[in-house]
Amino acid sequence: MKLLFVVYFLVGCMTPLSAQQREVIRVGSKVFTESVILGEIAVGVLRDAGYPSEHQDQLGGTRIVFNALQAGAIDVYAEYTGTLIEEILAELNLESDAEIPAALAERGILMTRPLGFSNGYAIGVRGSVADSLGLATISDLRDHPELRYGFGNEFMDRGDGWPSLQRRYDLPTGNVRGVDHDLGYRALGAGDIDAIDVYTTDAEIEYYGLRLLDDDLSHFTTYNAVLLYRADLEERAPGAAAALRRLEGSMDERRIGRLNGRVKIDGETERAVASDFLHDALGIDAQVMAEGLGSRLWLRTKEHLFLVVVSMTMGTLVAIPLGVIAFKVPGAGQAILAIVGMIQTIPALALLVFMIPLFGIFAPSAIAALFLYSLLPIVRNTHAGLAGISPSIEESIEALDLSPGVRLMQVELPLASRSIMAGVKTATVINIGFATLGALIGAGGYGQPILTGIRLDDFGLILEGAVPAAVLALLAQIVFGFAERVVVPRGLRLKRAA
Amino acid sequence: MGFATASQIRRTATLRPRPESPPARYLASMLRLESVSKHYGGRAVIDGLVLDVQAGTTLALIGPSGCGKSTALRLLLGLAIPDAGRVMFDGIQLTQATISQVRRRVGYVIQDGGLFPHMTSRENVTLKARNLRWDRSRIDARLDELRELTNFPLDGLDRYPVELSGGQRQRVALMRGLMLEPDVLLLDEPLGALDPMIRFSLQEDLRRIFRTLGKTVVFVTHDLSEAAFFGDRIALMRDGRVVQEGSLQDMTDHPVEAFVTEFVNAQRGHLASGHSE
Repeated sequence: MKLLFVVYFLVGCMTPLSAQQREVIRVGSKVFTESVILGEIAVGVLRDAGYPSEHQDQLGGTRIVFNALQAGAIDVYAEYTGTLIEEILAELNLESDAEIPAALAERGILMTRPLGFSNGYAIGVRGSVADSLGLATISDLRDHPELRYGFGNEFMDRGDGWPSLQRRYDLPTGNVRGVDHDLGYRALGAGDIDAIDVYTTDAEIEYYGLRLLDDDLSHFTTYNAVLLYRADLEERAPGAAAALRRLEGSMDERRIGRLNGRVKIDGETERAVASDFLHDALGIDAQVMAEGLGSRLWLRTKEHLFLVVVSMTMGTLVAIPLGVIAFKVPGAGQAILAIVGMIQTIPALALLVFMIPLFGIFAPSAIAALFLYSLLPIVRNTHAGLAGISPSIEESIEALDLSPGVRLMQVELPLASRSIMAGVKTATVINIGFATLGALIGAGGYGQPILTGIRLDDFGLILEGAVPAAVLALLAQIVFGFAERVVVPRGLRLKRAA
Repeated sequence: MGFATASQIRRTATLRPRPESPPARYLASMLRLESVSKHYGGRAVIDGLVLDVQAGTTLALIGPSGCGKSTALRLLLGLAIPDAGRVMFDGIQLTQATISQVRRRVGYVIQDGGLFPHMTSRENVTLKARNLRWDRSRIDARLDELRELTNFPLDGLDRYPVELSGGQRQRVALMRGLMLEPDVLLLDEPLGALDPMIRFSLQEDLRRIFRTLGKTVVFVTHDLSEAAFFGDRIALMRDGRVVQEGSLQDMTDHPVEAFVTEFVNAQRGHLASGHSE
């Protein structure tokens, strides 16, 4: 518990810039192209109205982004009414879109009127399959249990997703796999699966020649796009809400579908596409500052280093004393090693999600998770280094009757230093790799281009994150090589003369 | 020479004046094991051991491996705690409360030296004195004295243990043991790991040092010629007890049981070619 406080305190000290700077309106988005485009567009209208704004793009799935809004980590994001009814406010069993604003208001959140298009779920089947089997409606799937489905992870879990769809239509349950939404299209294109869930504005529907099956039992609700914003936004930035409302009714399915397509298929940036939309639809001329590779890399490097350095510093400061305690206190050793070992087995994504209620979204949660992961190698190596001190040295320590402090600081820790350094090195290299996952909860770093690259099927972008991460890991190894010469006493590094 | 010893010597001397007594200091009991037993894993390694070492004498503990001679030494320093019996150090019973006070008056040297590999010879020797906040000039003066006493080269002081030969490492261990001017020196096979040539020269030096300093010395070895070379008295051990204590002559001429003769004969070969007196 105390430890959590320390972590929280340190993180608190180091993140003043994102927490309480001059009022910047922060727009969030989920991890899919349309959400990112809508985020860019929202930033565009806010800036046009004179409000400094920034886009925290691709924060995560619905839950993470909505929680971020509620917690005040972001101020605005684009959501869909169907998602609000079926997922976010599911326990209220709302009947229609008209009941949403009142329910949101209770949570301190306001909603614009619809932006003009609906992006619902549909089931898409490969055209050739649809033709040969004569598929036209979802009910038709019932007669073809051999079809292979690949559904987005969100769709697999949602209240209105696969489980209820399957019950509604009494569909065969055999051949269903969970895949990333964007990877689903690629798997379908490659012929590995036959049917996927799609968003009706997805540009890939046309690109891959999918046939959308008619929802003949009216399972799916409509998903009107709206903007959600915090109720206190109007106090903090009077007029900002009015600026956002300029987007009400500004786009239809065709228009957003084309924007999606230009990003996902033609490889344009969300920012460029949003800027064209702002110009064409609202007459706003936003400057598209295309960031060069260099400045992008520099930004990502700073973010990544921040995550790694802060978490490793805390990890080292906590893990070495833990290792010492594990060695010195009989009984505590096995317990400490077991606990840090257990932490290591928690999947990274799960650990990140556990951290969110404690530390909120963005860097603090990522740092807390990375901190926890850094413990095991350091604790274990500290313990092993101390336990490996030879009996004759231990006996000499006893016979010289050294005080506990001198014994630990001047003899035992220096003797264990090589092992401890190896532990810190291992933890750092692992940490640099794990830190890429921080992008999943908006912590930035090299994971950001990787995440975008996966979404857009852009191998170059993936490399833009993966290569620097590998280089950083390599650099860390080299730096630790030098550090070893400083930390490990000379007498331990010499080779035996004879 | 320790003061406590001196006080006891005076007491002993006045209590028992004898016309033909050896020099007074030989009468005081410095180290005593009183019916001490020590078990490891249910087996008695030390079994009702009685041992009395008088101030200023050198006692060699010898016996076959597993006889408990090293354990006896460790009991004297409180590195092992007896299951039964008492360990007395200059009239003080060795307990958790007195252990620190006793250890400060004992120098300890073990087979491989037990030197701290991350410290230079100088750092190894002076560590405890520095922790006790001796001032620098006192430390330097003492180090000089010891270096001369042990024939240790000046340029070796700033070398690390791995850069030294086995014999030099033992000289450093000896300096470390003597740094605080202890009353008692305990050595556990200090020459055991050395090759014969080095061993020979260090034996000579050690005996000279023991005689110069006049300290109480307990010396564990498995080599009878070495025991005879160093020890005023030899205690031959088996199964955690002393079988016979006395000079080599006593053991040869008046063995208390067949084992003594067997042990002496087994080591004869060494005696013939060795350097016993």
